[in-house]
Amino acid sequence: MTTATVAQQDTAVHEHHDEHEHHDNFITKYIFTTDHKMIAKQFLITGIFWAIIGGFLSTLFRLQLGFPDMNLEFLRPLLGGWIDETGKLDPTFYLALVTMHGTIMVFFVLTAGLSGTFSNFLIPLQIGARDMASGFMNLLSYWFFFLSGVIMFTSLFLKTGPAGGGWVVYPPLSALEQAIPGSGMGMTLWLISMTLFIASSLLGGINYVTTVINLRTKGMSFSRLPLTIWAFFLTAVIGILSFPVLFAAALLLVFDRSFGTSFYLSDIYVAGEALPNTGGSPVLYQHLFWFLGHPEVYIVLLPALGITSEVIATNSRKPIFGYKAMVISLLGITVLSFIVWAHHMFVSGMNPFLGSIFMFLTLIIAVPSAVKVFNYLTTLWRGNLIFTPAMLFSIGLVSFFISGGLTGIFLGNSAIDIQLHDTYFVVAHFHLVMGSASFFGLMAGVYHWFPKMFGRMMDAKLGYIHFWLTFVGVYMVFFPMHYIGMAGFPRRYYSWTNFEFTNMYTDLNMFISVAAIITFTAQAIFLFNFFYSMYRGRKATLNPWNSTTLEWTTPLHPGHGNWPGEIPTVYRWSYDYSKPGAAEDFIPQTVPLSQTPESNLPHEQELVKLELEIMKDEADFLEANESKH
Amino acid sequence: MESELKYIDIVEQPISMHPKKFALWLFLVTVLMIFAALTSAYIVRQAEGNWLEYELPEIFWITSGIVLLSSVCIQAAYFAAKKDNFLGLRIGMVLTVLLGIAFLVGQWYSWVALVDREVFFVGNPAGSFLYVFTGLHAAHLISGVIFLIIVLISTFRYKVHSQALNTIEMATTYWHFLGGLWLYLFLFLLLNH
Repeated sequence: MTTATVAQQDTAVHEHHDEHEHHDNFITKYIFTTDHKMIAKQFLITGIFWAIIGGFLSTLFRLQLGFPDMNLEFLRPLLGGWIDETGKLDPTFYLALVTMHGTIMVFFVLTAGLSGTFSNFLIPLQIGARDMASGFMNLLSYWFFFLSGVIMFTSLFLKTGPAGGGWVVYPPLSALEQAIPGSGMGMTLWLISMTLFIASSLLGGINYVTTVINLRTKGMSFSRLPLTIWAFFLTAVIGILSFPVLFAAALLLVFDRSFGTSFYLSDIYVAGEALPNTGGSPVLYQHLFWFLGHPEVYIVLLPALGITSEVIATNSRKPIFGYKAMVISLLGITVLSFIVWAHHMFVSGMNPFLGSIFMFLTLIIAVPSAVKVFNYLTTLWRGNLIFTPAMLFSIGLVSFFISGGLTGIFLGNSAIDIQLHDTYFVVAHFHLVMGSASFFGLMAGVYHWFPKMFGRMMDAKLGYIHFWLTFVGVYMVFFPMHYIGMAGFPRRYYSWTNFEFTNMYTDLNMFISVAAIITFTAQAIFLFNFFYSMYRGRKATLNPWNSTTLEWTTPLHPGHGNWPGEIPTVYRWSYDYSKPGAAEDFIPQTVPLSQTPESNLPHEQELVKLELEIMKDEADFLEANESKH
Repeated sequence: MESELKYIDIVEQPISMHPKKFALWLFLVTVLMIFAALTSAYIVRQAEGNWLEYELPEIFWITSGIVLLSSVCIQAAYFAAKKDNFLGLRIGMVLTVLLGIAFLVGQWYSWVALVDREVFFVGNPAGSFLYVFTGLHAAHLISGVIFLIIVLISTFRYKVHSQALNTIEMATTYWHFLGGLWLYLFLFLLLNH
């Protein structure tokens, strides 16, 4: 066994030396690169671009919701005809705005921007691999995403506007071009763009899973993997199983739209005229969509939870509490995510008995989620907390995960959901638990791994200001929304003031809108910090957070291949922080147990003998190899 | 030295798989999920009633036979490659490609047969689903045939032999999968139409 691993290692090193003879020019280094670190940066920058667009769209519709009587004439240079003669936002465009905001944030920012960035960046670095299993597939993954983004971006400038049927694009609204302007060309481009996006996600996901399973370095068993890798791995598994289903749903929708089939359409009258389609079922689309849609929530959330585990353990200077429980709860969430989709459809006329089964399964998710929260809190408990910006964002995530998760328990009950379905209560719930929590995970990741990405530090003070403005801002925006939702106001409506039961909330809406605009503006601090530090930031040390994981054993600017010499071997798990007896408060994964007799636990002391034997075998093998050459 | 190292690799680490092969298996999972979604959609939709009843084209029995035969051929080609029997390898591969094309032609005639019995793509979903199943499967099969042709060309360049089985192993896996997928779809249709 030992010799085999050494042999593999040896050939791997040789292969890579051959690959590295060529010199990168600008195009192969920055554009069509196969280096996972550069692809990660491409995903990150593209994700930031989309986050700005998606966030900006939300400020536009918040203006309409908070200040319905405001004259928006000043936006005419930007929005042109979408501002009508009276200075009001066009209602059709409002629908397009919420649709695009959802699509962009869920798929382009929190799926591609989060998984794409950190799975790509951290998987090879933390498991000790030279690169992804297939650099070419990785390159394709990014460029499919890029192309899908270009198409989605183009759709923003159509005369009929981008897709307007909500990010879930339910038929018949989305299937009939004559339904609303947003179901025309904009919808067609949406479908093309999403097809490319699915291809991109699958290429990425297949690569991530293959890499984690096949390319771990010597000693990196699954039980020694950092929780980030577990999270990225399971995220990719969820993606591989669920995105094809979205593809199937979209394919049938394309046939209904463009070829006249009736998968989702039946007995519809538009403007008094009967359509020829009969025999379709719109609920069928909902089943297919939510079979992706619900796992998608965890595709968005799990990477953020993984990043948080890592950041909290590092900055509490304590091993993560309940490593196994963390892994099991990740696995539990992964499995459960596939059998709860119909809780999005309680009011679609489903059998109430079926509804109660889905309710039961949904509520079970609270268990692994609570285990995770408990373990975050117990890791923090009596730790030597170091409040780096990344740490603050991670704690912020835990806070949102709790406050947003609690409302999930209400919404999971089918009886209460009938009242709250499609109200602002739902909007508040998922913006906290999925949107903001994942966004904070993303931010924590950027602040934490920025030194590894660019070799420089981000400014901590600006980070603190950014954190507090965003953290307080998010609660200011989403907390009041619960009340509006309980009062029964439905989401996606253009106007508040037309109904007696909602016009009492104009002041609250005004407050939310102001908070949203301030929070959005505060992100400029991050942008400045990010791009300024990239070039002018303080030079980073090799291991600025005194972390145990492998990525910090690479050079400051790792080349393509990550480690200049041999790939380091791993001798322990990734959470040896503040181990009693140890000289320092962290022991990197690359330090053998035999070198730390003072801090070894009794069962580890027994492993030392085995470890020494293996090391001796390896040394013999290498020596034999040398003499033969 | 090189071959000795590889030998150790294969013997001592049976679990470790070639990353590309592993990625292929994951790809197969995604294809499987597409068809799982479509066939479950079929069942859900069928349960709602208003469902057109019609006879399945008989030619499906023939195309299923062809697909089985092609699987036998590619397996034979693979065994031949393992024994460095280049003639057998090439004959097996050529036969597989021809049978693959014959299958596609047969599927086309199944559409002709459907049109003859007035089951159209545009109409009751019962018929539309059949067109989607066969069409999407054929699209994947075309990719399989292209892959087979690439492998076939490399057999003529002596790039497939007992020491270089990776590509043909992957082609065999993919082809068996596509054949199995068709048999699943056919069986599904026999049971649920």
